[in-house]
Amino acid sequence: MSVTNTLTLKQALTALATKTVTLEQIYTDTEAAIQAKNSQLNIFLTLNDQAKKTALQQSETSLLKGLPIAVKDNFCTLGLKTTASAKVLENFIPPFESTVTQKLQQAGGVIIGKTNMDAWAHGSSTETSDFGPTLNPRNPAHLPGGSSGGSAAAVAADLCLGAIGSETAGSIRQPAAWCGVVGLKPTYGRVSRYGVVSMASSTDSPGPIAKTVEDACILLNTIAGPDERDSTTLKTPTPDFTSFLNQSLEELKIGVIYHDLPGLEETNAKLLKELEVFKTLGATVELAEALDPKLAIGVYTVVQRAEVSSNLARYDGIRYGASRATFGAEAKRRIMLGTYTLSKGYSEKYYELAQKIRTLFLEDFQRLFAKYDVLISPTSPDFAKKVGVTEGQAMFGELEDMLMEASSVSGLPGISVPYYRDPTTNLYLGMNIMAPMWREDLVIKTADAFEKNTHWNNWRKPQ
Amino acid sequence: MSNQKFFPIIGLEVHAELKTKSKMFCSCPNDPFHAEKPNIFTCPVCLGLPGGLPVANQAAIEWTIKLGLALHCQINLCSKFDRKHYFYPDLPKGYQISQYDLPFCHDGYIDTSEGRVRIRRIHLEEDTAKLVHKEVNGIKVSLIDFNRSSVPLVEVVTEPDIQTGTQAKEYAKKLRQTLRFLNIADCDMEQGGMRLEANISLSPKPYNPEQSDFVLPNYKVEVKNINSFRFMEQAVNYELERQAVILNASETPVQETRGWDSVNNKTFSQRTKEDAADYRYFPDPDLPPFQFSVAQIETWRAELPELPEQLLQRWLAEFELAENLGAGFTETPHQAQWWETVMVAAKTAQFDVTKLAKAVINKKISTQPGADPKDICAKFQALATVDEVSDSELETAIATVLTANTDAVTKYRSGKTQIIGFLIGQVTRTLGKKIDPQVIQAALVETLK
Repeated sequence: MSVTNTLTLKQALTALATKTVTLEQIYTDTEAAIQAKNSQLNIFLTLNDQAKKTALQQSETSLLKGLPIAVKDNFCTLGLKTTASAKVLENFIPPFESTVTQKLQQAGGVIIGKTNMDAWAHGSSTETSDFGPTLNPRNPAHLPGGSSGGSAAAVAADLCLGAIGSETAGSIRQPAAWCGVVGLKPTYGRVSRYGVVSMASSTDSPGPIAKTVEDACILLNTIAGPDERDSTTLKTPTPDFTSFLNQSLEELKIGVIYHDLPGLEETNAKLLKELEVFKTLGATVELAEALDPKLAIGVYTVVQRAEVSSNLARYDGIRYGASRATFGAEAKRRIMLGTYTLSKGYSEKYYELAQKIRTLFLEDFQRLFAKYDVLISPTSPDFAKKVGVTEGQAMFGELEDMLMEASSVSGLPGISVPYYRDPTTNLYLGMNIMAPMWREDLVIKTADAFEKNTHWNNWRKPQ
Repeated sequence: MSNQKFFPIIGLEVHAELKTKSKMFCSCPNDPFHAEKPNIFTCPVCLGLPGGLPVANQAAIEWTIKLGLALHCQINLCSKFDRKHYFYPDLPKGYQISQYDLPFCHDGYIDTSEGRVRIRRIHLEEDTAKLVHKEVNGIKVSLIDFNRSSVPLVEVVTEPDIQTGTQAKEYAKKLRQTLRFLNIADCDMEQGGMRLEANISLSPKPYNPEQSDFVLPNYKVEVKNINSFRFMEQAVNYELERQAVILNASETPVQETRGWDSVNNKTFSQRTKEDAADYRYFPDPDLPPFQFSVAQIETWRAELPELPEQLLQRWLAEFELAENLGAGFTETPHQAQWWETVMVAAKTAQFDVTKLAKAVINKKISTQPGADPKDICAKFQALATVDEVSDSELETAIATVLTANTDAVTKYRSGKTQIIGFLIGQVTRTLGKKIDPQVIQAALVETLK
């Protein structure tokens, strides 16, 4: 095989097991691809120069067999620079390992490098990185989305066999949609946040970005599970997520939400056309009405800014070798807004009110899930935007992530899978499949069936 | 200048470090006072590193609730931790994890001889790191020791029910006694294991908690970082006088934080505090809220050890020892256990326990906590066979002897303390009675100080 870096994670694992490729070959190809593309696309901020050496020491019986995985730069990695794409942490080398990267490595995964993101994960473009934007490998005039844009781009450009991102409201699924890859945002509490540079603690969820739904399940298997160092993780056993692949969709009830939002006519029309495939698989597809997602923007903005202002308070200029002036414009805006909404006399008006509306969303989803097994909507209102679009747009991310914020503030699991590719621009659209908390099984089986019965995933040959 | 009578309105805030094995939100050892060097008991959580997450220490929560139960508090079945934001170098996260509107315990009390002091709330929080100001290589620097960062700290806040310095002292001592009987805190005041703060103001009318429209004074002075009960009593008394002078001049004392200067015996201004600081409290999203069952609380209540109040009642029942006498033996659980063995021995020997207690309290029998009960009983018996002497009779005799023997006094004071044997003999002769020489010696030493 000539370009082994273009294999899916599953294919690579099979090829290694049957000895049709060597790990060395995979690293040679992957490193060559990084060499060829990284300086143009600005995907990796730090490369692990020990990756190949470490990989060759991994056990052949391990789950990931030493394969190269890209990790978003907000996961603390022992001895490997971790900046969250923020100048404040430009020289921060963590003295400890995040739970996710520890588990990943225990499963035989090797960190090939740390990927670019919106600084502090504040954004949906990877254009607000303090170290320059990442470009979309599908079309470098466009952005990869964000905040996990580097991880999604690394997967799309075959610079790794899988990646880890984190999502607060759309940060896994939106870049996955824009880069034409699969992004799985697990239920809040499914994956440990220990060692992840905190953004909005009540919604931060680490998760996989991968070439296929199956790859995402393999990766999720390695990182999910309770963690005694994160009190918000679920203390019950974790299922084998690959067991939800290849399931029948017979009698699955699908509700389509946000189908009549103004401005989304094109994406929704294309989506509704694609959803027809579910009917042939025995599922029912109905239009459903959900709470106006614009309300979620307000809730999410207030809650997230409040938590951001608190979580960034530790970068007070005393430690980490950078003064507070080093914060970028977006971080400063968020700190100020968050500080304001938590201030005496205002917290009732903003923070507490936002928490009440959050409860309304939880109730609305409860109502919807009494009727439907899964809910589907476009992941993003549109195709990947052009480089430079975020300039002067303080609410850019919130408008981009509008379709995911309600489910994020409700802690729901969701997955984005490609459902359309524009032949002229080579850009993709992704659909967001959501299920009740802890029901990753439903989003996985729905996404897997869609992927296998359509031709939109470029790593899968049409069946 | 008028000379109006004012009524003190005093509330106390007491912090005590709990002696759990590990820290409040991580598994680092909780032993800041015995650490061999700075910053050895640290981890990403208590250093506030990016991605460090708190995990609540269950023992600290259980102990806080038990303290609340011991102090007659109501327990909030639903409780949570909140973030309290402020900027200070000893606070690595930029916020302290504390409790805001749902403390674990509320509405309890401690009874003092000057009346009941209501407890408004008891909450649990994390201690800060410790700043050390030093000169290193000729440069003045501030160093931070994180061994103390995130050590569990309970804060007990009273209603403004305290009216005198002695009452404040009694309240704080009783609180320390309870913490020690529960075996949850060492309360080492010098090291900062227990810290006292008093909010003091004067009102033209006596405070009446029953009166819902009672108007508290329009100012209050907070005296912080007091590290002994005696200093607190002195600081309260000093403030009451200082504020009365200002009020009598028809002025209002400045609302401020003051410290206690134990060298010059006065309080001094530290910083003025015009408005309440805005700490931007909100529930800590890293720590899920707690929901306790009534059964759980009752289990903890049943596990409470015998507390001083109950102990004194039992001593009254079993040994006919009056509570005011027993109280002298309950400063620590260790002392109480020892005294109980003494009383058991005395009862077995059919001695009058009350007389024995009085003899010990009045130092007719010289002894130490932990001394062998048999020895104490023997001394008590010896005491019974010697003549009684009143304190004033003894004082007069000593005065006579010391006046007549100035040479001996000078020698004693210059360090020749063995001369005391001579003086004891002189006092015995002057009294003309058979008295326990140890009693005379103790009185002599005291007089000669």
